Amino acid sequence: MATPSSNGPGAAALLATGLAAFALPGVAMLADRVHAVARWMTFYRPTGPLSGVSTSVIVLWLAAWRLLHWRWRQREVNLAAVSAAAFALLLLGFLFTFPPLADLI
Amino acid sequence: MGITERGFWTLVHGMCFGGLFLLAGSGALVELKRFASSSPPRFLRNYLGVMALLAWAAVLTGAYVIYPWYRAGAPAGASLAGFPQRLLLSQPSTAGWHSIGMEWKEHVAWFAPMAITMAWAVVGVYGEALARMTTLRRTILGFVAAAVLAAAIAGFFGAMLSKNAPVQGGRSVVLAMGGR
Repeated sequence: MATPSSNGPGAAALLATGLAAFALPGVAMLADRVHAVARWMTFYRPTGPLSGVSTSVIVLWLAAWRLLHWRWRQREVNLAAVSAAAFALLLLGFLFTFPPLADLI
Repeated sequence: MGITERGFWTLVHGMCFGGLFLLAGSGALVELKRFASSSPPRFLRNYLGVMALLAWAAVLTGAYVIYPWYRAGAPAGASLAGFPQRLLLSQPSTAGWHSIGMEWKEHVAWFAPMAITMAWAVVGVYGEALARMTTLRRTILGFVAAAVLAAAIAGFFGAMLSKNAPVQGGRSVVLAMGGR
């Protein structure tokens, strides 16, 4: 594969992963607090809502990656800003997977 | 010297997949840090690819093989020894291992395969050009560090949960016969 001439594909990969990390605790909290969401997220009964939460976030991650890649594949983006945003989303995702912090919301 | 079928799967999940991932983590961080002068990026790409496979194997066996045994409901009157989640929640002194430990582990662990897969893809796409892309390389390094931290959190709580309420049961697997 030829090396891309722009930083867009790299930025797309970073931001999509940050978005997925941020979305994971959000979807998990919804499934934890809304019974209908928990039932809907139970893709595989023995695993319970975790099966739907994780699968949905993986699908969201891949879809966001594909979409951002398509939009930025030949663009030179502000990588410092995208990196900061992606890392901030990852950090927030980390914090909100910690149950005592998630319970504060 | 034997082990139960469920114990065997926890061993595969934690020691083989999770443990190897954690062992490989420091190598990936060092390789990314000294990228400009390191061995060809093909080695790092393959290294991250193996790590990604280990991470996906760890979360998938955890979520779809072991977690169902962990969270299974106990029939009325049954001994809680075979139902780890129920056993932990039955005592205030151990309930936190589930409500904090397992609740955190089961979600944060998914960061590892996603972050490492992303790092593998970016190293694969940019190759040697990554040496000149300092911001991108440093951010990838940060994501790989976060993946290792996520796996370490999951591994720590996995070990502590196993000490307090091990997932056991199923057929016995004989690993070796001891002498007298």
